[in-house]
Amino acid sequence: MSIEVHHIRKQFGSFTALDDVSLDFPSGELVALLGPSGCGKTTLLRIIAGLEQADSGRVILEGSDASATHVRERQVGFVFQHYALFRHMSVFDNVAFGLRVKPRAERPSEDAIRRKVTDLLKLVQLDWLADRFPSQLSGGQRQRIALARALAVEPRVLLLDEPFGALDAKVRKELRRWLRKLHDELHITSIFVTHDQEEALEVADRVVVMNRGQVEQIGSPEAVWHAPATPFVYSFLGSVNRFHGHADAGALQIDAQRIAHDADEPLAAGAEVIAFARPHELDIDTDLSVLEGLRARVTRIQAFGLTARIELERNDLEDTVHHHEVELPLDRLVALQLSVGREVRLTPSRLKVFAEPAANLAA
Amino acid sequence: MAATASALGQLAALPAPRHYEDNPATRDRAWVKWGVIGVSLAFFAGFLLLPLATVFIEALRRGWSVYLAAIVEPDALAAVRLTVLAAAVALPLNLVFGVAAAWAVAKFEFRGKQFLISLIDLPFSVSPVVAGLVYVLIFGAQGWFGTWFIDNDLKVVFAVPGIVLATVFVTVPFIARELIPLMQAQGKEEEEAAIVLGASGWQTFRHVTLPNIRWGLLYGVVLCNARAMGEFGAVSVVSGHIRGLTNTMPLQIEILYNEYQFAAAFAVASLLALLALLTLVLKTFIEWRAALAAREQREEEAQ
Repeated sequence: MSIEVHHIRKQFGSFTALDDVSLDFPSGELVALLGPSGCGKTTLLRIIAGLEQADSGRVILEGSDASATHVRERQVGFVFQHYALFRHMSVFDNVAFGLRVKPRAERPSEDAIRRKVTDLLKLVQLDWLADRFPSQLSGGQRQRIALARALAVEPRVLLLDEPFGALDAKVRKELRRWLRKLHDELHITSIFVTHDQEEALEVADRVVVMNRGQVEQIGSPEAVWHAPATPFVYSFLGSVNRFHGHADAGALQIDAQRIAHDADEPLAAGAEVIAFARPHELDIDTDLSVLEGLRARVTRIQAFGLTARIELERNDLEDTVHHHEVELPLDRLVALQLSVGREVRLTPSRLKVFAEPAANLAA
Repeated sequence: MAATASALGQLAALPAPRHYEDNPATRDRAWVKWGVIGVSLAFFAGFLLLPLATVFIEALRRGWSVYLAAIVEPDALAAVRLTVLAAAVALPLNLVFGVAAAWAVAKFEFRGKQFLISLIDLPFSVSPVVAGLVYVLIFGAQGWFGTWFIDNDLKVVFAVPGIVLATVFVTVPFIARELIPLMQAQGKEEEEAAIVLGASGWQTFRHVTLPNIRWGLLYGVVLCNARAMGEFGAVSVVSGHIRGLTNTMPLQIEILYNEYQFAAAFAVASLLALLALLTLVLKTFIEWRAALAAREQREEEAQ
């Protein structure tokens, strides 16, 4: 089932959690809401579920306005970060809860409930735990039970609030592959909230990057990773080198130095700009006689793994120190014969330039 | 799974519960140890155990027949009945009020919440005598509404309703105070989960909230009951001490004692003492169960 939200606003006191957010979640997709804490992603999820009321705007489920529908009637499945399993009920009773509280006319027979719950426990591969209590399960098991419980009422959409946030790294990784597989089997429209970019990129069909109550970018994991639309998305996803300077005819002027860029849209000469390059998009040149590039000093070399990581420092005219990070193939590192303390030039193979609005300085 | 393993690791890493004196660094000399133990035992025996024993010894000093006669005496039985009645009315009222107040405080944000919490404590902070006087002032013959009640032939002060009112007043905090911190600690996620699954408000309360607070609730009820049956000050002011009509057990004991009927006074007192012992046993049992539930919850959160 498709979900649309139109012009959602939500204010908590003087804090704007959501500022005119409009989104469209097509049927059957698994979408990640990604952003730093406080960006409004959980609030948006809770508004879609009906656990929170928007100040203005509409939530449309399958084409019909659900803004006024009570959470009880929205037929959504919700999975909480801290599981929220009923601690005094067995695993079986937890999963059966949503079926047993149905009005008598719609309630399945106890036999049908038993079959359904057993099927769901098999689906999450935990049917052998039916008689246990939540306190006897591991975190990963609890979250799978919470998912089975949410699925029991055959929700039209599945909403997951930081579903793996409380788990340790290894279980997290296991569980998100499992969630992806489960989604491929069930094809239920799902939205999950996360602050973990790796999780969002690995699991989701589409990623919605949010910041300060607004949507920064919507796209496939590849799109948001390779073509970040805003400075925020650039800095939020992965490590990145940032340069402040002035535009100057196909190049970036930083203090007295120049680096070339390949900006699509023409930038006004002399305009303040901010430029980004990923660590692997920077190269190091030891020939200091050439003028192109930024002078920097090597401070640390880490040569393990497939690539080498080189940390550098650059002083600008005001003597502020900028830190940069470069990723080079190991043989390139050997060819350069780098050592700590050496003066080098940084030359980007790809540089993404944004005109710098004053408000984005802090992003 | 890995999560289980790490949780077990955490448990194993915790220091095993040890006695203070197992560690030579914190061990005291023998005379300090036995001195402290001796002082507390002497205090316990002299100030707690001795009075309790005295009650039963005095009650039975003149034999079983006198003891039984003192208890089945009509005025004494009337006092027992009145005490049970007052407790029977106060308990359900405070049960409903206590759960409602705790629910309001723990699950909702609203203006005046701190004021409500303070107000719940009022009966603890004000002298019971003052509480009794307030009811006399409001409902008494010279009180604000006294004439209206007299005109309508309703008696509140110096009658059973007054005693029930005073009892309700002094026992208000017990259940609410017990539940508020418990419900605040439990948060509202489970209730939200139930509602998303389609449960009605009542189903959520009945199947999710209530089972989570049951031990705290029972604990509050036991304490509330003990206070309701043992209350003296507030009840004494509104009672009027009419024998066989408006005397509760504590009041009856006082009257008997003032008339030098020591055996009878102590006989009735022994009933209250038995109630106290029963309360203690129940309280210990409930505390044990609640600690068990709390430990399960901690283990759950530790994983």
